[in-house]
Amino acid sequence: MTSVSASSRIDAAWHALRNVPDPEVPALSVVDLGIVREVSEGEGGGLLVVLTPTYSGCPATEAIEADIRSALEREGLGPLDVSYRLAPPWTSDWISAAGRRKLTAYGIAPPPEPGASVVHLMARNVACPRCRSARTERLSAFGSTACKSIYRCLACREPFEFFKPF
Amino acid sequence: MTASIVLTLASDVRYLLRIGDTCLIHAQRLAEWCGHAPVLEEDIALANLGLDLLGQARALLAHAARLEGGGHDEDALAFLRDERDYFNLMLVELPLRRGGADFADTQLRCLLVAAWLVPLWQGLDTSRDHELSAIAGKAVKETRYHLAHAADWVVRLGDGSEESMRRMRAALARAWPYVAELFDDDEVDVAAQDSGLGPRSSGLHTPWLQALRPVFADAQLTLPAATAFTSQGKRGIHSEHMGPLLAEMQSLQRAFPGGVW
Repeated sequence: MTSVSASSRIDAAWHALRNVPDPEVPALSVVDLGIVREVSEGEGGGLLVVLTPTYSGCPATEAIEADIRSALEREGLGPLDVSYRLAPPWTSDWISAAGRRKLTAYGIAPPPEPGASVVHLMARNVACPRCRSARTERLSAFGSTACKSIYRCLACREPFEFFKPF
Repeated sequence: MTASIVLTLASDVRYLLRIGDTCLIHAQRLAEWCGHAPVLEEDIALANLGLDLLGQARALLAHAARLEGGGHDEDALAFLRDERDYFNLMLVELPLRRGGADFADTQLRCLLVAAWLVPLWQGLDTSRDHELSAIAGKAVKETRYHLAHAADWVVRLGDGSEESMRRMRAALARAWPYVAELFDDDEVDVAAQDSGLGPRSSGLHTPWLQALRPVFADAQLTLPAATAFTSQGKRGIHSEHMGPLLAEMQSLQRAFPGGVW
């Protein structure tokens, strides 16, 4: 059974994690991105934080762990045990509804809603995050990070990034 | 200079290294395009493909190092082995920017390798080794994207101008002698299949051809006949191109032992 202090420590940890931005998409917190899979009491009284990285080669993984450690330690929630869980693999479906809204506001078209329809590898009908027009075209299959590709809007003519369904 | 490490190569470790080294060396060759690709979008794409492959290699080598039990980490495995202890397919070590090879060779190789990796990752999904199945479950999504991207380019070049068609056909003729190795079984394959670790190489041939056929049809390419030659990279016997590749890839760790970012 989880003691009251343990559960409040876990709540405090989730609260702190909601303020840790992803280093490459700072509009999103690590919680919005869906990479924090578990926060619990670890063996020996430490706080266990389980992460599922987005892409195998994501270079931000180590920076994210360092940011999470410093945020939780700053709140006095240590000692910490950060571990990685690969299965089930991360999917863009795990980006929260709030995360999708934040992406749009930041100028990045979010991936389709989970289970919205058949997800195509090369997504079509990506709506422009600025003017909402669906008249857009892909400029580049790959972008500034592994998780994004580059589109442009044919209505407002602005280029924008698209968070790939994955 | 840091001394090379010597591994104890049980069959499972060898099986993992064949896949991990193929991802690693393929990534190393793709990285040579960084800053040199014909268009900016493709420069970014090739670096991204390499990054995914490097992440896959890292996970596989880290797991191989744990199974091997000699106290090495993935960096030691990547940078401190001698040439004969790398077990990648010979196809991925061949030059992409020298020796007559060009951008067509690059996209064709990405297609040939991705079409081989997709059924391999799928086959590993049910591995008795849960770490390996987890790595594969993540990697297959990345490799499907690579496959679609390479297929686009192979069609664009193969069904493009006279010059691009000529170059794509020449690239296929250069690559083809090295594809027999992709499906060449030996005792490591048989042990992996029998023990439930993962699929043997010969089992990948049919899905590989199924993935290639529609692309080749659109690209106006004909599947060449099988060659009598079978390269032996997966058994540690490499081409003359492997030594210079390793010299470059290992130079930093040899000069600054244990150096990290």
